[in-house]
Amino acid sequence: MHAPSVTPDQVWSWLGEVPDPEIPVISVVDLGIVRDVAFDGDECVVTITPTYSGCPAMQVISDAVGEALRARGLDKLRIVTQLSPAWTTDWMSETGKAALKGYGIAPPVEQAIDISGLRGGVKRGAFKEPEVACPNCGSKHTQLTSQFGSTPCKALYKCLDCREPFDYFKCH
Amino acid sequence: MDANTAKFEYVLRQGDNALILSQQLSQLCGKGPALEEDMALTNVALDLLGQTRMWLTYAGELEGQGRDEDRLAFHRDANAYRNVLLVEQPNASYAETMMRQFFFDTWHYFLMQGLLKSTDSRIAEIAEKSLKEVTYHLRRSGDLIVRLGDGTDVSHAKMQAAAEELWMYTGEVFIYDDIDNAMVEQGIAPPVDGLRAAFFEHVSEIFAEATLTMPSPEAWMQRGGKQGRHSERLGYILAEMQFLQRAYPGAEW
Repeated sequence: MHAPSVTPDQVWSWLGEVPDPEIPVISVVDLGIVRDVAFDGDECVVTITPTYSGCPAMQVISDAVGEALRARGLDKLRIVTQLSPAWTTDWMSETGKAALKGYGIAPPVEQAIDISGLRGGVKRGAFKEPEVACPNCGSKHTQLTSQFGSTPCKALYKCLDCREPFDYFKCH
Repeated sequence: MDANTAKFEYVLRQGDNALILSQQLSQLCGKGPALEEDMALTNVALDLLGQTRMWLTYAGELEGQGRDEDRLAFHRDANAYRNVLLVEQPNASYAETMMRQFFFDTWHYFLMQGLLKSTDSRIAEIAEKSLKEVTYHLRRSGDLIVRLGDGTDVSHAKMQAAAEELWMYTGEVFIYDDIDNAMVEQGIAPPVDGLRAAFFEHVSEIFAEATLTMPSPEAWMQRGGKQGRHSERLGYILAEMQFLQRAYPGAEW
């Protein structure tokens, strides 16, 4: 099969239907993993970037991207992994953040730290835990219970009003 | 030693540090003193394992002998490992596990910051990726040093003893050899002076808040890991980590 009429925009929209394997309500595009779609002659080149360097979902994501595009007839396909600029939750779309919240995971609440401004970032007191709204009742009366959760990208919080424990997708 | 071999050795050291510490932390999976600590230790282990893969893959490419990340991790014996002695110190107690982590995280954080400006773009990219994770690790381990150091009499005593036990392993990363110096000359790695000063400044700040006494930076320091002279313990770590490849050489998923 050959799909000469396919445009990068079309590929982007197909990729928008590929879910994250760990959090299936958000697509790999909304998560900010897909960095570029281009054509090199008739070969489609998709550039992706890892979230956390040890994230076991990355291989699955790469495979899922390949499968989704081949299913649309894009046989000549190359998936390139790019490390820099490093993935940040700032690239997560508003649609993605809303989907996370609906799923019960509080989305990142602020801009990720600027990489050049990290010097003060490890000084005690220089970093304040953000005010995270409970995805269940909306209260900001919440508390961090664990800096890591079920995956590296999440922390555990609890709501002090409705008492619900919940995941928070950390700024990164 | 030519420039490429020196760079291979330097990159291998970074990969081996991350790999051995990751392996040690993953041994605590299901054994953390609290569920939150268990999850944190294993997530840090996972981050370090991801970083290991980037370093060892690059090391294999630099060497050009066809060794990939798996071959480098599983088909080398202890004397070919280039990690510093600090990361092979045992998970003797939670105090020592966290103190080892804090010392490592502090050095790791400032090294990754220095490597952001590396003239080798691949190294700079790996450092950029790692630094975000390492920042989070260091915030957590620094917080715990303060909470446990400035905690009860018992926790304070345990943290002070752990600091004194591990102190002699903190200096090796600042004892630059020909390989380190070659990297500095080429602008690949940061000079030792700034790195060392930043390390001791951060450790002394955290220790002061934790009411712990920092041993002297001028104390005698252990060395040898970077050149492949390890403690007996590394053999046991590798025996477990490499079991499958030793029993079934070349086995693949």
